[in-house]
Amino acid sequence: MKILVCIKQVPDMESRFKPDAAGVWFAETDLAFRMNEYDEYAVEQAVRLKEQLGDAPEVTVLSIGPDRVVEAIKKSLAMGCDRAVHVQDPAVHLKDPWQIASIIAAYAKDQGFDLIFTGMQSQDRGSAQVGVTVAEHLGIPCATTLVGFAYDNGTVTAKRELEGGVKGVVRMKTPALVTCQLGLNTPRYPTLPNIMKAKKKEIAAIPVADLLTVESLAVTASFHSPAKKGGGIVIEGEIADQVTRVISLLKEKTAVLR
Amino acid sequence: MKTLLIGEYRDGKLLDSTYELLGFAGQLGAEAALFLVGSDSALPAYGGKLYLAPASEAGEFNPDLHKQLVLDAVKKENPDCIVFIHSSYGWDLAPRVAAALKAAQVSEVVAVKDGGYEVGACNGKMRRLIKPATAQAVITIQAGAFQPVQPGGSPQVEKLAVSASSAIEFLGYEPAEDKAVDLAKAEVIVSAGRGIGKKDNVSVIAALAKALGGELGASRPVVDAEWVTHDHQVGTTGQTVSPKLYVACGISGAIQHLAGMKKSDFILAINKDKDAPIGEVADVLVVADLMQFVPALTAKLT
Ligand SMILES: Cc1cc2nc3c(=O)[nH]c(=O)nc-3n(C[C@H](O)[C@H](O)[C@H](O)COP(=O)(O)OP(=O)(O)OC[C@H]3O[C@@H](n4cnc5c(N)ncnc54)[C@H](O)[C@@H]3O)c2cc1C
Ligand SMILES: Nc1ncnc2c1ncn2[C@@H]1O[C@H](COP(=O)(O)O)[C@@H](O)[C@H]1O
Repeated sequence: MKILVCIKQVPDMESRFKPDAAGVWFAETDLAFRMNEYDEYAVEQAVRLKEQLGDAPEVTVLSIGPDRVVEAIKKSLAMGCDRAVHVQDPAVHLKDPWQIASIIAAYAKDQGFDLIFTGMQSQDRGSAQVGVTVAEHLGIPCATTLVGFAYDNGTVTAKRELEGGVKGVVRMKTPALVTCQLGLNTPRYPTLPNIMKAKKKEIAAIPVADLLTVESLAVTASFHSPAKKGGGIVIEGEIADQVTRVISLLKEKTAVLR
Repeated sequence: MKTLLIGEYRDGKLLDSTYELLGFAGQLGAEAALFLVGSDSALPAYGGKLYLAPASEAGEFNPDLHKQLVLDAVKKENPDCIVFIHSSYGWDLAPRVAAALKAAQVSEVVAVKDGGYEVGACNGKMRRLIKPATAQAVITIQAGAFQPVQPGGSPQVEKLAVSASSAIEFLGYEPAEDKAVDLAKAEVIVSAGRGIGKKDNVSVIAALAKALGGELGASRPVVDAEWVTHDHQVGTTGQTVSPKLYVACGISGAIQHLAGMKKSDFILAINKDKDAPIGEVADVLVVADLMQFVPALTAKLT
């Protein structure tokens, strides 16, 4: 059995974002990068399936991006993926989801993956498109937004999360693709021995030009801060003063404090 | 401009978000036709054209079949824009339709601007303006971002025949878990977000909730990490609340959280990040380390 996990490296969302020189994405200076939160659940689920099947499956992790994404790849190898593919693309931020998906599909096409795991969305783009579009490119069934996953003998039973805590249960045969939602499992922390072991694992580099054959279908015209709605009061300064102001505001504006 | 709007049913009931789709088309000044996999017995109150496929045959969730049905309607209607709600149904189906049409897809649109679509980026902290480069475009709109139209009228129905088979089998719905806490009734809710750092600190937030005579709420990561149970979760996949006072402690303000609490009468947020999107809905944003501010506030109240 062969498993593919697709991961994206994204900036820490607590960062302060500024547009880049072209004004279409964020400037990378001063940003710290990490693995997309949703993809951590994808990696964890793939590694759990490998363990469930007595370590027989081989888990490949793939990431498209500049050299820095190797850090996220290394984390997934330390979490238990077996080998990695780094699709080298310093301009990945200018590609639309259609192109990203076609690059992944071009890589996966002849590899015979039984299962592909992706995150349900990336935190920086939040398009929730790449996973489903990869499945469409490959012509395999796909279930999105998983909060439950079970595999038995070529059949996947998946719990999709719907609105308001309701779930939808679906079943499909492999080869298949699933997109992982927050809370699907509890992603493990890489242990030191596993980080050491991961150093020996292969990271194959493929230039993006070898896999990209399609033009983009949409362009980003600008990247900017939201228009400030204003209205809200911002209280900075000393804690004691902040407490005093908050209490007087609550007394003035709500019926909660008497 | 012509739009095909993809509405939704859940458990035999037409979802209200269908009227937001019509509101969106209205805002575009576009012609609208509606598409539904649903039933004759729960038709939308809307006076235009409706492509209807029977859920009794196609199922309420069946992406392969629904994709084919949408494509059938696209062929008949030849719309410029195919519009879904960015929901568990919409974000699942839209990319399938877009791929089949080789059409640009724009996800979770919050506004129409300068010949393009504005969407959120970086967990709602930033915005992007996206312009489709294809003649047809598929878009999903953010739930709650566009004013719904007032329901009224009855549609001219054109029935769609169900034919395709499917590689995905829908086994059924699983209801939401029973709730021990009914947040909807609370007058004050004090919620813990990931910013509390660790499970031990839930007690700090709970103490403020007690001091204010309210209930403890939480954002999703706090629930996923099992620091509190799911019945405390506020948001699209938790509870929708509108208390007199909502206090958000260490919560960034992702759209799925805001959707559950932004109608609260008064919102107090405590965050160390002055730019956190929670500031967009907060009446008062206290920029502070919550581990210092919250205990100090609680002490003054008790
Ligand atoms: C389909 C779907 C459904 C979802 N449903 C829900 C839902 O129902 N409810 C929900 O909440 N989320 C939901 N989410 C998740 C949502 O997108 C966010 O990931 C989540 O709300 C973030 O929670 P948070 O604000 O607690 O954490 P974060 O986004 O990590 O924010 C933590 C915040 O704490 C601040 N902070 C950190 N340390 C401190 C400190 N010491 N003092 C003060 N502030 C501090 C940081 O500045 C930051 O703003 C859903 C996501 C999806 C895709
Ligand atoms: N550059 C990338 N490299 C590898 N996988 C990616 C990349 N971008 C997106 N993905 C995958 O696609 C999922 C959905 O991303 P998106 O469509 O951007 O919301 C992510 O959770 C990843 O699993």
